[in-house]
Amino acid sequence: MNKKNFPYKGIITALLGLVFMFFGAYRGEADIVLSKAIRVCLECIGIG
Amino acid sequence: MDKNKKKKLYGDGFRHSVQALWGIATNSFITGFLKGRIYTGKLKYLCVPGLNCYSCPGALGSCPIGALQAVFGSGEHKIAFYVIGFLMFIGAVCGRFVCGWLCPFGLMQDLLHKIPFPKKIKDFKADRLLRYLKYIILALFVIILPMFALDEYGMSDPWFCKYICPAGTLEGGLPLAALNEGIRASIGWLYTYKLAILAVLIIASLIIYRPFCKYICPLGAIYSTFNKISVFKLRCDESKCVSCGKCARVCKMNVDPTRIPDSAECIRCGKCISECPTQALKFTAKNK
Ligand code: SF4
Repeated sequence: MNKKNFPYKGIITALLGLVFMFFGAYRGEADIVLSKAIRVCLECIGIG
Repeated sequence: MDKNKKKKLYGDGFRHSVQALWGIATNSFITGFLKGRIYTGKLKYLCVPGLNCYSCPGALGSCPIGALQAVFGSGEHKIAFYVIGFLMFIGAVCGRFVCGWLCPFGLMQDLLHKIPFPKKIKDFKADRLLRYLKYIILALFVIILPMFALDEYGMSDPWFCKYICPAGTLEGGLPLAALNEGIRASIGWLYTYKLAILAVLIIASLIIYRPFCKYICPLGAIYSTFNKISVFKLRCDESKCVSCGKCARVCKMNVDPTRIPDSAECIRCGKCISECPTQALKFTAKNK
């Protein structure tokens, strides 16, 4: 694959995404996601 | 790859099998379906790439749109790096391929559209304009309202989940109400309202191909912004294209892949590749 054809933008954005994920997990966002996901979400199912 | 292989690989049969297998694999908490409860294990730290309600009794992972609203509405963080990073990663790798191949709600609409109906509509006047609606829903119901419409504790509702999402009703609301007496006893106006949204969507899916993905889905809206830069992409070899127009005619998302192969509306189903008589279209990682 020559330089012009190499998908730089996609790869850099994907790597940046991974950095964001680790940073988010580091500051506790993954715990918020888990605590929401392990209780029945009453809004989602149309109760609350 | 020869023409017949391409036809098989990008034909509906193979794609629907992948969609179904993925849907089953990510919703395989059987106890949930037997006992009317949901999975509460650590896998739910992770999001799944498609729209898959985490209150589905079988769900093993978290819905990224629900997760995004949960972080915005938690009152603890204003930027949801964890979920945004996940969406950036998936979007940058494959764009809306997720919509075409890995979303259970997309599969449901695909199958509904196969049911014979007196009138199927491929295109209509307001179609182009309505495609922008999903971006408005994303901005308003997933970001702005969960971020700023706070209660006295500084927290907010997941507005999209609560007032729009028919996947939550189908995957979570219906099975949990059927299996769990306590939930059944709590049914009120919101449940009926959300059931009505689901019913409208089901009828619309019989007539129009994937109306939810085209006009409403905030997850599709997010991934669509990555179609232009994603590693996995659709390309047309102009030297092979004979401009027969077959690809644009078979595309149910109304994309012309010879003109705009990076279209935000392309769900990378591959139907156009399977129909191209000269094999001018292909999925590739190369820019050209
Ligand atoms: S352009 Fe091709 S790959 Fe994209 S949605 Fe249309 S048929 Fe599917």
